[in-house]
Amino acid sequence: MAEPLLRVRDLRTYFYTENGVARAVDGISFEIGAGETVGLVGESGCGKSVTALSVLRLVRPPGRIEQGSELIFDGKNLATLDEREMRAIRGARVSMVFQEPMTALNPVFTVGDQIAEVVRVHNAGSKQDAWARAVQMLETVGIPSPEQRATEYPHQLSGGMRQRVVIAMALIMNPALVIADEPTTALDVTIQAQILELLRDLQQRFGTSILLITHDLGVVAETVSRVIVMYGGEIVEEAPVNHLFARAHHPYTEGLLNAMPRVGHERERLATIPGSVPPPTNWPAACRFHDRCPYAWERCATEHPPLYPIAKGHVSRCHLADEPKRRAEKHDPLVVARGAST
Amino acid sequence: MNRTLRRLLAHRSARWSLATIAILIIAAAIGPMLVPYECHTQLDIVRLQNQPPSWAHPLGTDQFSRDVLARLLCGARISLAVGTLAVAMSMTIGTVYGLISGYAGGRVDGAMMRVLDAFLSIPRVMLVIAVLTLWDSVSLAGMIVLLGTTGWFGVSRLVRAETLAVKRMDYIEAARALGTPTSRILWRHILPNVIAPVIVAATLAVGSVIALEAGLSFLGAGVREPDASWGSMFLAGVSFSTSTWWILFFPGIAIVGTVLAFNVLGDALRDVLDPRQLHAPVMTVASSVAAPIAPERLENG
Repeated sequence: MAEPLLRVRDLRTYFYTENGVARAVDGISFEIGAGETVGLVGESGCGKSVTALSVLRLVRPPGRIEQGSELIFDGKNLATLDEREMRAIRGARVSMVFQEPMTALNPVFTVGDQIAEVVRVHNAGSKQDAWARAVQMLETVGIPSPEQRATEYPHQLSGGMRQRVVIAMALIMNPALVIADEPTTALDVTIQAQILELLRDLQQRFGTSILLITHDLGVVAETVSRVIVMYGGEIVEEAPVNHLFARAHHPYTEGLLNAMPRVGHERERLATIPGSVPPPTNWPAACRFHDRCPYAWERCATEHPPLYPIAKGHVSRCHLADEPKRRAEKHDPLVVARGAST
Repeated sequence: MNRTLRRLLAHRSARWSLATIAILIIAAAIGPMLVPYECHTQLDIVRLQNQPPSWAHPLGTDQFSRDVLARLLCGARISLAVGTLAVAMSMTIGTVYGLISGYAGGRVDGAMMRVLDAFLSIPRVMLVIAVLTLWDSVSLAGMIVLLGTTGWFGVSRLVRAETLAVKRMDYIEAARALGTPTSRILWRHILPNVIAPVIVAATLAVGSVIALEAGLSFLGAGVREPDASWGSMFLAGVSFSTSTWWILFFPGIAIVGTVLAFNVLGDALRDVLDPRQLHAPVMTVASSVAAPIAPERLENG
């Protein structure tokens, strides 16, 4: 396989707070190939957004990317680039789509100005040139009468249109990688589908790689080819998307899948994962999920599980891979519910 | 800006104050040319001293037989120049200082704010009088610089508070994520979002600086004879206030009217530039909290 577009090796991003060191991202490694769409999934506080910010080196103090972290992009280690070189990459080679289209646009500029601004920042054209490209980009992201819309202010646009503008800003320099941090979370369900459709469409047209960050497995199922599941600042499972939905291995992934509402399956209440993510200043020493895990046994509380290979391209950070019969022995409601629904 | 202007013109007290200020500016610009007397000329120290208002001298003459109207118009130039230029200067310094402090955050912000606290602990009038009395003669430019460099503390707090709120907005993070350099983020992305309360504060500050200049001149520390300033004219009139009321009365009216006009305009601008009305969904806590207390802070700072 050719050199991947982005190779993250042992990325650790720690926050030095008054309550101790928060290990928000604690040694994760993954790759994104050219033109590939990868989903990064996990609940709030698992470190997925910090991962995104780390790739763009946007982590603010007291947060810090630790020594030894590697973010190889285009043969360069982004973790050690100086700020000037990094700025040239942000927006032009790697860009980002934010979650809240309501607040991701500056209220005092027209949307055309905001898109053209990206071109101007990267010295990629004159004012007129930048404006023309902005209008064209608005058309590309499916905004009707783009000349007219370009002169409007963000508050004059609907949420879906604003998110299209945000995407236009991220894509105008034709970057190789777009990091989309919960791009559909703030939108209505019908608009969500449109935005995902748009991302897929643009990805095919421009060959852009996308790192799609979300807590919504439904979004992932429709959009990406490979899924990375994060928990407690670590990757707990990584698999091709169909693999993950058919044969999720890690109990946490299982829990996430069970917590998804599905059409055609009547259930009185949605399954939930008991407990919540432990504080990042104080991860459990062994398996970080063990106190919420229905299968946990002594080994889980004492030994930190490595990423066990499950199948080709499928890894899981769970001792069950070593002792599979324990899963069958455990007649847990989660397994029963899941067994009934598949 | 068009929308702001339209709303301002729809605001009744804003119309009055704008008209007053416009008349004042026109009077200061061309008035001295229309009056057939020079403001320094002593017409006839024997026969035209302390003349009450008449057709020849609509506002009378002073104890040196100079035409009060001519001097009032010259004084308008000085008052307006001092007011606007000193305020422009302090707003610029204050905005830049506040932007840097608020955006930098952390220790830089802490240090910059402590410096500001130190400045704010010195009463402005005392500071200005101290400097003015140390100087033998104060040029107009010196006066403007002095008032400008002592008037920015309140504004920079205002701007800092706004910047603290705005820099946390997603669109600033987005600008960073798209490769915008810090200077451009400050100038192009944050400044337009924090400028509204500065405009309000500036308008109110013009009034207070004009009053301050008049006060200083009245105390003999500001503009000195034979230059005309409303404050120094008022001072000259005080000693004979019972017999020659016009020497005191007209400069007094000019000061009160001008300060009032700027204050009313400032209040109107605050209504018009209210961020909640300007761009409805986005509103920063700081602007609604900080703007109403701006004038008090400015007077102290």
